[in-house]
Amino acid sequence: MRSALGRVRGLGSAKSGTGHWWAQRLTAIALVPLAVWFVLSLLAHLGAPHAAVAHWIGRPVNAVLLLALIVALFHHLQLGLQVVIEDYIHGEGSRLAVLLSMRAAVALLFLTAFVAILRMAL
Amino acid sequence: MKHAPGALRMARNSDGKWVERPLSPHLQIYRPQITSTLSIFHRITGVGLGVGALLLVWWLAAAAGTDADYARAAGFIGSPLGLILLFLWTAALAYHFLNGIRHLAWDAGIGFELPAAHASGKLVVVAAIVLTLLVWVVGLVIW
Repeated sequence: MRSALGRVRGLGSAKSGTGHWWAQRLTAIALVPLAVWFVLSLLAHLGAPHAAVAHWIGRPVNAVLLLALIVALFHHLQLGLQVVIEDYIHGEGSRLAVLLSMRAAVALLFLTAFVAILRMAL
Repeated sequence: MKHAPGALRMARNSDGKWVERPLSPHLQIYRPQITSTLSIFHRITGVGLGVGALLLVWWLAAAAGTDADYARAAGFIGSPLGLILLFLWTAALAYHFLNGIRHLAWDAGIGFELPAAHASGKLVVVAAIVLTLLVWVVGLVIW
């Protein structure tokens, strides 16, 4: 028998408690204003020449907001896709393989966007 | 009582006899409802937006590259296929954004009663359509 406290400390059989759920919500909340800002910014730059777009991305405030956007977006995406994969792929081995491939793909996409933004900002 | 195919499972009862038992809750049993339909749509648009993130990364990488890189990315986005993808991306984002706020309200314990959940579901669908069209009308005027 385990005490209630022991059970809470051990976080159950999954060992991760509510961390996933919380992170999904926090990134969702962060994405609400960031997505509005991003779509409005895109609308303001429709058809703009390359130099103007790169200059706009490179300005400190825009670069910081874009970095915040991609951090929240790719974390949110990774958490969401994880749940989808866990729900629909039942084989232990194939589930792990798809999960790891998804994580790698999301990480590489994030890093590409990250470097691109920094390149224009620095 | 009629069961949907696949919703039954063979099992032994307490006398050791084989009986058919319904699996519950199982997707085939349920009549599609606005709550469950909008829920799976949230997931589908989420995965779709993940695919759309490829376009976002390409656009950022192209902007960090040469004029030719940017022209290639902007050319694709401005092509018929690119515009269709961009329209679908806008619609998926509008829906996922608005329904996501609906989910956050539920997480805060707001609007969880069935009549409220049905009403907010219909509101989200209508608002997503309006928002998508609004963004495109404004976009086409600017462009």
